[in-house]
Amino acid sequence: MFPELNNLLNTTPDRAEQGKLTLLCDANTDGSFLVHHFLSFYLKANCKVCFVALIQSFSHYNIVGQKLGVSLTVARECGQLVFLEGLKSSVDVFFRAQAEPHPLQFLRSVSLQPSPEVHAWEANAENLQPLYEFVREALKPVDDGEAAWRCPVLLVDDLSVLLSLGMGAVAVLDFIHYCRATVCWERKGNIVALVHDSGDTEDEENNILLNGLSHQSHLILRAEGLATGFCRDVHGQLRILWRTPSQPTTQRDWSLTYQYKIQDKSVSFFAKGMSPAVL
Amino acid sequence: MESVLALRGLVLLRDSVEWEGRSLLKALIKKAALGLVYYDLFRDPLNWAQTGEALPGGPLGALQAMCERTDPGPVTVALDSLSWLLLRLPCAALCQALCAMSRQHACRGGGPAAEQLCVLGLLHRELHGPGPMGALSSLAQAEVTLSGTAGQASAHMLRRRPRQRPTLETLWFSVLPDLSLDLQGGPPLESQPHPDPHTPQVDPASHLTFNLHLSKREREAKDSLTLPFQFSSEKQQALLRPGPSPATSRIFYEPDAFDDLDPEDPDGDLDV
Repeated sequence: MFPELNNLLNTTPDRAEQGKLTLLCDANTDGSFLVHHFLSFYLKANCKVCFVALIQSFSHYNIVGQKLGVSLTVARECGQLVFLEGLKSSVDVFFRAQAEPHPLQFLRSVSLQPSPEVHAWEANAENLQPLYEFVREALKPVDDGEAAWRCPVLLVDDLSVLLSLGMGAVAVLDFIHYCRATVCWERKGNIVALVHDSGDTEDEENNILLNGLSHQSHLILRAEGLATGFCRDVHGQLRILWRTPSQPTTQRDWSLTYQYKIQDKSVSFFAKGMSPAVL
Repeated sequence: MESVLALRGLVLLRDSVEWEGRSLLKALIKKAALGLVYYDLFRDPLNWAQTGEALPGGPLGALQAMCERTDPGPVTVALDSLSWLLLRLPCAALCQALCAMSRQHACRGGGPAAEQLCVLGLLHRELHGPGPMGALSSLAQAEVTLSGTAGQASAHMLRRRPRQRPTLETLWFSVLPDLSLDLQGGPPLESQPHPDPHTPQVDPASHLTFNLHLSKREREAKDSLTLPFQFSSEKQQALLRPGPSPATSRIFYEPDAFDDLDPEDPDGDLDV
């Protein structure tokens, strides 16, 4: 995790809030550093983490995690981390018997032209219910009554790829809705999800997904590329938006913007125009 | 905000990502609720759990059933959110259901529907195109659009009354932690933003390798300089009449075969 980002968000692993949905969003840049931050943050906070990783392999996250001081291998072995490696298990979907449920079985049954007449509450193959069942099972509280882990956390990297794989935006919103009901509300856990903002106003599905999730989120972290182009010393700009401030103050300091530079093992943040390389 | 509570019919609360409307909806529910009936469609709206407790017909069926079960008298129905329904139902079906609600309630109660039923619907502006938004607007008796400035939320209320002009009113408000509404009189007096506490107070000109400041002599020289393209009348005359200067440059020109040399001065008709 990045200590400077913890300072900006006014949080530490010991005092992590519960029951929150955090939306990570990137536009014209790569926001995956935020995913690595939250993964290591919640592992250090002694939370049980279910990581639905659809973009990179386990070893990729493990290597970055080691730079940030967590070992995903150890966490997985002791049961703190449940890791769904999308790249590997998507192949299993096609070599398994059809009757066996699989979290990614929508890959087999997605049609190219979903019918608009199909109502969401009728049983059909074009929803993410198996994936939700996987998450619910992974974050089930242990039966022995002792809370081994602090709270359950669902991390998804990322949701936009589900649109590319043929799911509709409403199906992905339904998946997050059910995850929120179970993880955030019932089990007082947290959800962190990454969505890409392509900036393409014609991509209606992605815009519906992004805006729909924004309205459900408590905290939105938006990594943007600089408007003026690429820079060696300033890699981008981070907008932090608190949607439901936990303590209403007279001055609603609910939106902050910082610029950042990603280094080998950390990310440094500074106010706009105040990069040490420029001053 | 009493004027909002006095409304009947469909009231749209249009919010955005930056200015959320759920807390206002909760505050209005709290003010209006005499006996609150809560329909929990959050945990399992699509009946994935198959527990058998789900209402038939899903959320749309629940909406239709809701009004059939209530007693005649003033009723407030709060929908969190209309956007959820609009994303999953055809717009026409939702509009018909909303119209049918007010009609059914009017049939049961003694008075006209306008006196009896208030439907508060939360609508997220960015999620829908102009078509569905326009359709719902045309059904609504009032629209409350949330925005704000300088940390203060505002509600722009557009009310449509039959046979009267629509009225527009702006209220500045905040929702307190106990869900009560705090109304402010007008826009915040402080228009300048608070200084960002995270910005370090650094003077950018303090550690530079070049000098940005001017000495007194340099400043005087700078102020007395005439700009090259600033035309005073003397400069204009000097340019137009070159005057006797024998060693000035001349132009030697050899016309080629296609040149059409007109000996007449083209500026001859100018009186300079």
